[in-house]
Amino acid sequence: MLLAILPEILLLVLIGFVIALDAIWKPERRRILGWVTAGGLLLIMVVALLVSRPVDGEARLIFGGMLRQDWFGFAFKLLFLFSAAVTALFAMDIKGAGQKGEFYTLMLVSTLGMNLMASSADLIMLYLSIETTSIPLYILAGFMTRDDKSVESGFKYLLFGAVTSTVMLYGFSLLYGFSGQTNLYHLSLAFYDAQFPDLAMLAGLLLVLVGFGFKVSIVPFHFWAPDVYEGAPTPVAGFLSTASKAAGFAVLLRVLMALFTPVAAGYWVTLLAIVSVLTMTLGNFLALAQKNIKRMLAYSSIAHAGYILIGVVSLSQLGGTSVVFYLLGYLLTNLAAFGVVVAFWQVVGSDEIASYAGMSRRSPWLALAMLVALLSLAGMPPLVGFVAKVFVFAAAVQADLIWLAIIGVLNSIVGLYYYLTVLKVVYLYRSPDDDKPISVSRPYAIALLVLTLGIILVGTIMGPWFAWATTAAQGIF
Amino acid sequence: MNFVVDNLLPLILFSPALVALVLLFLPRTEKNLLRWAAFIGSLIPLAFALALWFSFAPQQPGFQFEQKAAWYEALGSSFHLGVDGLSLTMVLLTTVLTPIAILASYSVQERVKAYMILFLLLETGMLGVFLALDLLLFFVFWEIGLVPMYFLINQWGSEKGERQLWGGLKVSARTYASFKFMIYTMAGSLGLLLAIQMIGVTSGTFDLPELFKIWPGLTSLQGVPLGIPIATVKAVAFWAFVVAFAIKVPVWPFHTWLPDAHTEAPTAGSMILAGVLLKLGAYGFLRLVLPLYPQEAHQYAGWLAFLATMAIIFGAFAAYGQDDFKRLVAYSSVNHMGFVVLGIAAAARAVGTADATIALNGAVLQMFNHGLSAAGMFFLVGVIYERAHTRNLNDFGGLFPLIPVYGGILLFTSMASLGLPGLNGFVSEFLVVRGSWPIFTLWTALSMIGLLLTGLYILKGIKKVLHGPLNEHWVGHITEIKFREIAVIAPLMVLMLWIGIWPAWILGVINDAMRMLFG
Amino acid sequence: MDFPVLSVIVFTPIVAGLLILLIPGDRKTEIRVTALAAAVLALILSAWVYFNYDTALGGYQLMEHHDWLPALGISYIVAVDGINAPLVLLTGVVMFTGVLISWGVDDRPREFFAFLFILASGVFGVFVAQDLFQLFFFYEIAVFPMYLLIAIWGWVQTREYAAMKLTLYLFIGSVIALVGGLAMYFEVGLNTFNMIRIAEAGQAGAFSQSFQIFWFPFVFLGFAVLGGIFPFHNWSPDGHVAAPTAVSMFHAGVLMKLGAFAALRVGIMLLPQGAEYWRWVIMGLATVNVVYGAFIAMVQTDFKYVIGFSSVSHMGLVMLGFSTLTPEGLTGAGIQMFSHGVMTALFFAVVGMVYDRAHTRQINELGGFSKKMPWVAVAFIIGGLVSMGMPGLSGFVAEFPIFMGVWRVAPIVAIIAAISIVITASYIIRIIGKVFFGPMPEAFEHHIGDVTVLDKVALVVLCVIMIAIGVYPAVMSPLVASGVESILRLFGGA
Repeated sequence: MLLAILPEILLLVLIGFVIALDAIWKPERRRILGWVTAGGLLLIMVVALLVSRPVDGEARLIFGGMLRQDWFGFAFKLLFLFSAAVTALFAMDIKGAGQKGEFYTLMLVSTLGMNLMASSADLIMLYLSIETTSIPLYILAGFMTRDDKSVESGFKYLLFGAVTSTVMLYGFSLLYGFSGQTNLYHLSLAFYDAQFPDLAMLAGLLLVLVGFGFKVSIVPFHFWAPDVYEGAPTPVAGFLSTASKAAGFAVLLRVLMALFTPVAAGYWVTLLAIVSVLTMTLGNFLALAQKNIKRMLAYSSIAHAGYILIGVVSLSQLGGTSVVFYLLGYLLTNLAAFGVVVAFWQVVGSDEIASYAGMSRRSPWLALAMLVALLSLAGMPPLVGFVAKVFVFAAAVQADLIWLAIIGVLNSIVGLYYYLTVLKVVYLYRSPDDDKPISVSRPYAIALLVLTLGIILVGTIMGPWFAWATTAAQGIF
Repeated sequence: MNFVVDNLLPLILFSPALVALVLLFLPRTEKNLLRWAAFIGSLIPLAFALALWFSFAPQQPGFQFEQKAAWYEALGSSFHLGVDGLSLTMVLLTTVLTPIAILASYSVQERVKAYMILFLLLETGMLGVFLALDLLLFFVFWEIGLVPMYFLINQWGSEKGERQLWGGLKVSARTYASFKFMIYTMAGSLGLLLAIQMIGVTSGTFDLPELFKIWPGLTSLQGVPLGIPIATVKAVAFWAFVVAFAIKVPVWPFHTWLPDAHTEAPTAGSMILAGVLLKLGAYGFLRLVLPLYPQEAHQYAGWLAFLATMAIIFGAFAAYGQDDFKRLVAYSSVNHMGFVVLGIAAAARAVGTADATIALNGAVLQMFNHGLSAAGMFFLVGVIYERAHTRNLNDFGGLFPLIPVYGGILLFTSMASLGLPGLNGFVSEFLVVRGSWPIFTLWTALSMIGLLLTGLYILKGIKKVLHGPLNEHWVGHITEIKFREIAVIAPLMVLMLWIGIWPAWILGVINDAMRMLFG
Repeated sequence: MDFPVLSVIVFTPIVAGLLILLIPGDRKTEIRVTALAAAVLALILSAWVYFNYDTALGGYQLMEHHDWLPALGISYIVAVDGINAPLVLLTGVVMFTGVLISWGVDDRPREFFAFLFILASGVFGVFVAQDLFQLFFFYEIAVFPMYLLIAIWGWVQTREYAAMKLTLYLFIGSVIALVGGLAMYFEVGLNTFNMIRIAEAGQAGAFSQSFQIFWFPFVFLGFAVLGGIFPFHNWSPDGHVAAPTAVSMFHAGVLMKLGAFAALRVGIMLLPQGAEYWRWVIMGLATVNVVYGAFIAMVQTDFKYVIGFSSVSHMGLVMLGFSTLTPEGLTGAGIQMFSHGVMTALFFAVVGMVYDRAHTRQINELGGFSKKMPWVAVAFIIGGLVSMGMPGLSGFVAEFPIFMGVWRVAPIVAIIAAISIVITASYIIRIIGKVFFGPMPEAFEHHIGDVTVLDKVALVVLCVIMIAIGVYPAVMSPLVASGVESILRLFGGA
């Protein structure tokens, strides 16, 4: 049982290590904490793969039913650890953040929370882990205390998050109240009991969706995303858009599949299908109007949440697999995109899309990384975004939700428009600084290289990753 | 030697193109080299054609020297060549006229290489029409001939003159003429193209000997869901063919491209245009229209005769009214080709009778004869134009004493054109009239008017140029005809005389062919 | 044959493109030479494939099969048959001549050739793909580089607009077709994307009539957008004009064929009953393409727009041939794809050469170019004659059977479509007369030079091909006919 939570324990150890080093080291050396964090996280991943793998086909409840050791949770843990490692690398050179041990500590705590979220099998644990994840993120968003925008974003995030998690908690209380159960898997059986009114179940469903919807930023709980992404330090925005969102989807998927299916499937499928359409459409169309790249990426993230929901509502093996695979691909891609934004901002100091003019002449490789990332977001082969979208739409077609697939593909066209517009600025437009090359520091270069190669490789050699995603999706049950 | 005999037709057909290919590699600046290479090269097809003439067996029915190669099997079309008496005559005409025309082109100074190459490609195109025994192949060569001629007129045609196109756009006369020529002919070919497509779909083959057997007897249009009775379809297809060929001949009222094209073309271009290209149309009538549409031809022969007569009469009137010598000769082509069509119409009406055969003999011989005399006349007009830089008849006058040799040659050629007994024109025109009289008495009688007028315009032309009071302007300014130019016209004159006195050598071949084809 | 020829052809461009990206940006000669080497290799191999196809044997040859994602039945399968072998050769030819024509590209040639080659790999990949997923995969790879190529190296006036319009249009088409493809995959239920097996299942009745009738328009029209079918052709003229020369050559010469080919391969071959149901609609749209395209071309004042609209018209003939579902019609369409590809590549090359020197494409501002560029004039004339369907050249060899096929099913349409021949002739002659002959405006007299040797080589190659097919159709028609035969067997032997 301990082996099952070895990653989390090691995370705690790493947290302690970082705090200690932060106390000992002089401020100039503290930048190296980034390497330490990243290295530590990678090590934890290796250990987890070696030792904490769930036995195939067998899932068991541990810690008194609080957590469930299964492939689903395990797969997501790996995603979170990877994402945190990359974010640590990206954060290293941010003034006012990368040299502070607190930054890395908060990130690690949040990662710990996410790990627990993915494995949660109990309402209490769910709530605890969500809060553990969110609270450090609020602080991280507002980390740059001298920057008004950052403070505003942190505050907004806090308020929004607090309200929605309260609503969600009320939902949890309804579910508990009528069933007397907190374990998700036992709770699902209680729905068949005559004592559990349908109305209560639906109310519980809706309230719970409020909380989860906030986490994954779907309509109508998406309002925080653009402001928070814009104001927060960029690596944090990257972390939010990938790991945090993935964690939200992990719990969403688990709760919907294990708890509310098949009893409320009719309701939530229809509801989420509509939400998916709204999310994709709103996200894409609002992204069209953005002039700030972080806001654009924020709306794009909202849109992508919509695409992922298509996989969720397909309610099938392929649907679940496609969600996990999409999250993997999306993680790689969005981290890369935000990474390029960070690297560029370090030199140019602006997040306006117009300021990206001439980037391709100043740093062809950085521009190429941007190209790969944005085209993957658009869904172009041979990048991972393409196969991810194909799988999601295939799940929809298989489930006879042809209309949803068509709206999805049409939305991806809209997305293509604004991604190409950015690329146009990068490659076509010139700036007076054309001859000044952009230097990219070592951690960024390594991270971007790994991510870019990942995007291409997962997009072409999909076999093993698809198998991994299938196992993960099957692990819910 | 065996190779030559076995592949005589492809050799005749492709040797001009091969010579053109050789010319491609010669330097552009060596004009004399190019000219002589082209001239000597053009004698090669002539040599082959003569070999063909002497190996041909006139009494043998059907096609000889046949060759068939895979070409476009997916459509049922093959590369099928063959000759009979009709096509042999035309091949001879073409291969005789081309070297002569090239020799006449020695005065062309600009872009000699391109000119010669186009000329030789044109020869291949024309020979292909005459030698093709596959309908698709026929059409391909028919169209191919257009392109070199277009450029010859457009690029080397007369430099003076301006005409107006649509929208007030002013272009040079030669641009106008070439454009009109091209569009007119292509528009006519469009109907032909559609009809050929339909024939191919229905019969499943484009092979002419097979089509001659299948097509006339077809009672239903399998494979083409037109929903119209087959008689109507065949009538429409008949007229599509007729229009296309009528434009080429040209038959009145489809002749309006001809005066411009002939007038603006360079001398040698006009020689070939009048000498051979017009015959393509008549050949099309004989080779395709009559055998494929015997009933329709019989039915509409009267119309054809009417149009032919109009061509004869109006062509002559128009020629008479011209001040431009070249345009006069151009209209004379309309006039002379009218007789060809009259003979064909007579044959269409009364296939199988002796009269029809006589008319056909006349028609085919007229094709050959007109080729010679028209080429000669255009050449002579070119000769005087090069010296005088005018073609206006009113600018000349009394030139005979100044250029007696030219005058004599002009007289001789004009008489051949006029139809003086003893020269070739008379033989063919007599045969046509003799053959058509019993069949189309009225039209033939009316065409006699045309004959009268022919005399009128020819004599007018001669009078204005050679006779009458001497125009002082030319004294000392006009030179006699040169040796090269005499070398050009001499063979034509010899042939004109020979056919006039003793036509049997060619008439025999023609007669056998006509009897076997339409007898 | 164990050597994976087809895969080598498919991947050579993209590998070369990646290699080119590694060359420092200022070493332009090395970049160009590498590009040329790759193009030559691809050309030689594609010619080898073309001439080594055994027509008597027929069917799919030189097949390679690897599993890609077995869980979903996705594989990497490549093979040639009578329909795609000429198209592979066409791509090789256009790639080769395109590189030659682009020798003078001076602004970031490295990125230019890299993107161009990604496009080329995509094109090759689609033509030889036998797996549905693989086809879509390479299809989109073939489209997205167009955006960058046009937006960055295109004509300044309209490049951004045209590039975006083109990319969005083409993508809408392809994703709609993708949904259709997925529907077919699930309907067959064999858990395979292998098109050969799907076709067999379809023959055995896996697709109901109503399924085919519903999905055929999605799939066919989705791909036919790239083929320029009316009313979704609007992206094409602007795209053609805005693109740099080599990209226009690829665009009109190969990419539009990609759309038509995919429409044939996925639409007609996998949903034959759907094709039969919808053929009159397709025929109608294609006829509009042919005639309307020709009319619009006639009134253009910009040289390149004339060519662009003429492509719309000629691609209409391809789709007209498809819609007849007869041996002649399909054979003609197959040859037309090749013939038009070569011809239009030549046209755009010529337009580029004229524009590079004159810096204008307005027809009434040009004139007399045959004096300065005689080879170019001759090449354009030959191309123009092909475009008119002049017998003796490849255009006639292609158009004649299409018309024969139309005669078999809808004679009236044949007559209507024939109008386009006259219209085409008139605008071609007008352009030739105005641009190449006639007087040269004063402004150009002194600074217009002849084209380079490389340009001439490209022009000669293209002309020779068109003449060879025109004079001796047997070099292509049996091959295409054998491919057509397999298609028609799907219709119960038409």
